[in-house]
Amino acid sequence: MRGNVRFMQGNEAIVEGALYAGLHFYAGYPITPSTEIAEILSERLPMIGGKFVQMEDEIASMCAIIGASLTGFKVMTATSGPGFSLMQEAIGYAIMTEVPSVVVNVQRGGPGTGLPTSVAQGDVMQARWGTHGDHSIIALTASNLQDAFYVTVDAFNLAETFRTPVILLFDEVVAHMREKVVIPQPGDIEVVERLRTSVPEGTNYHPYLMREDGRLPMSDFGGKHRYNVTGLVHDMWGFPSSDPKVAYDLIHHLVDKLEHRADFIARYKEHYTEDAEVLLISYGSSARSALQMVEDRRKRGVKVGLLELQSLWPFPGKTVRKKCVGRSHVLVVEMNMGQICQEVKKVVSEPEQVFLANRFDGVLISPTEILQQLNMIQGKGV
Amino acid sequence: MKKKKKLTINREWCKGCGICVAFCPKGVLVLDKEGKACWAHPEKCKNCGLCELRCPDIAMELV
Amino acid sequence: MAVKDYLRERFFPQIWCPGCGHGIVMANMIRAIELNALKKDEVVVVSGIGCSSRMPGYLDFHTLHTLHGRALAFATGVKMSRPELTVIVPMGDGDALAIGGNHLIHAARRNLDLTAIIMNNSIYGMTGGQYSPMTPFAKKATTAPFGTIEHAPDLMELVRGAGATFAARTTTYHAKEMIKIISKAIKHKGFAIVEVMSQCPTYYGRKNKLGNAVDMMKGFKEGTVPIGSKKKANNPDLIERGIFVEEKRPEYSMSYLELIEKYRVETGKVVRR
Repeated sequence: MRGNVRFMQGNEAIVEGALYAGLHFYAGYPITPSTEIAEILSERLPMIGGKFVQMEDEIASMCAIIGASLTGFKVMTATSGPGFSLMQEAIGYAIMTEVPSVVVNVQRGGPGTGLPTSVAQGDVMQARWGTHGDHSIIALTASNLQDAFYVTVDAFNLAETFRTPVILLFDEVVAHMREKVVIPQPGDIEVVERLRTSVPEGTNYHPYLMREDGRLPMSDFGGKHRYNVTGLVHDMWGFPSSDPKVAYDLIHHLVDKLEHRADFIARYKEHYTEDAEVLLISYGSSARSALQMVEDRRKRGVKVGLLELQSLWPFPGKTVRKKCVGRSHVLVVEMNMGQICQEVKKVVSEPEQVFLANRFDGVLISPTEILQQLNMIQGKGV
Repeated sequence: MKKKKKLTINREWCKGCGICVAFCPKGVLVLDKEGKACWAHPEKCKNCGLCELRCPDIAMELV
Repeated sequence: MAVKDYLRERFFPQIWCPGCGHGIVMANMIRAIELNALKKDEVVVVSGIGCSSRMPGYLDFHTLHTLHGRALAFATGVKMSRPELTVIVPMGDGDALAIGGNHLIHAARRNLDLTAIIMNNSIYGMTGGQYSPMTPFAKKATTAPFGTIEHAPDLMELVRGAGATFAARTTTYHAKEMIKIISKAIKHKGFAIVEVMSQCPTYYGRKNKLGNAVDMMKGFKEGTVPIGSKKKANNPDLIERGIFVEEKRPEYSMSYLELIEKYRVETGKVVRR
């Protein structure tokens, strides 16, 4: 693939992906292990006429990017566990008001201040259910820096397509390691631009009126159409309503627009899965160890494969169910106490065949540890 | 001489708080039987517009 | 244009209680906008949550009703992306000073060109009359049945310390003064804050036996004096009204544009957008 080949850090790859996708406004607050994203963007954004603001906290950061996105720009914030917790109310606001936005959470150990400089994947459920009320969300992840670049571009594309916040759930290892990344030429990979209304100036524009294809064209806030935006339940004009029918339709729409397109949103990679008797399922940095273990075993003729998830929410249940059929064992490898493992058990026909190989002590799980766990569940001893 | 303006009161919007009545320097306004502001003594009105400026309901307009 | 021409009339009469001061502030804010000869399309109104924050829904501008306390943070995103827009942020005292206190300090410190209007009625109205950071010592509220033992700050001193370049106080009684002050605040290039003492007859008035809306406004008339009045020396309890701070300091969004321009000139690179 043609492009600009560089050796860089994970957080830098995320920045490159965001800029490739057209990031124009960033607001954030320093927190390990995501801070490099802010540092690099504070230099890069002014160079392209974009805006960088270091806000007073993560709450303000999330609110500021929502305000900026409404005016017609692509926006992002980046944080880590504790900051992600602070952003939750505003993420719900972005869901309710359907404002495209990208939120990077470079996960670290938790809860509380936890392990600030150590790896973890404990925020999977927080990404899904962190904000209050019924809703749906998109969360993407990656295990290497080239993919981190791609899913970041993807996150912006999905945010624009579905008018929703998208969570990029990376982890400390991916964010801080260094690898080769090929930055594609402009135009080589798809960038989805904002869908703007064709309603002319002076004619009524409905910010929440769906087109036939289910999309809601936007009008740059502060531009040619004056309308209202509120986090309250609202009608197609954007005005508050307490009509149960309006509330029912709106909540259904917010959930269905993503859940009904789960197949379209699903992103995954398969490694040696075709004939695999044992299937590993993993994502993020733990998928690197899982892949290493699979490759080591394959050299010895052991039929083991890896399903690497790159979209965690909406959970790609259909894919997971299909890929688990006919395997003797399914081993979910993750850096938490089984947050995705539980989801896998929910969707497969034989949940008793699903096992967990994990660490949650701030240390990356090793291929050897995954193998030991597999041996144990296969009754081979450690 | 300046042309005298007419005070219109939007009875749908008036909540009858009585602010305009209390602060009218000339005692032009009263609350009527339904508790809405009423331009009872237009002949005394000096068109100062204070009622309009202090009306929380945007129910008054001097035109 | 008349005040009515700036309203979304279908939502009237508005939801505020009879005699609530917030309607007076809304009408005079519109008059101040008109004095500045701003077109409806040039004005963005951003609010948080609370009684006063329901204002944007009634106004025919670009209106953004956000989260409790966070209006200034949202407004920062809007203004930084579109510096050409006039951004006005109506807030309540609980909204601006309790949950939103940090954002207030930092918006003032950055000197971003926003006009913050704090309708200070010394109470949380929407939730039913709890004490706010602006409830004076010993005054009662539904969460201060024996009178609050907390102390209210002097908002003007607070924002002066934080770096606001325009800070003024007025009341709903002093309607003409309010128009003049809000108009000046909008014109000011930098962070401007206007405290409007507003009456909540339903909760604050009733809890503290201050009478009805008229009585409370009489209280503003008698309890306040213009800055520098000699009456204040004899009666320190009097509250001063007027413009407390009016200074020039580089405005944030303009400083940012200068930063971009400086980069362009130094490197000779074309900056897109």
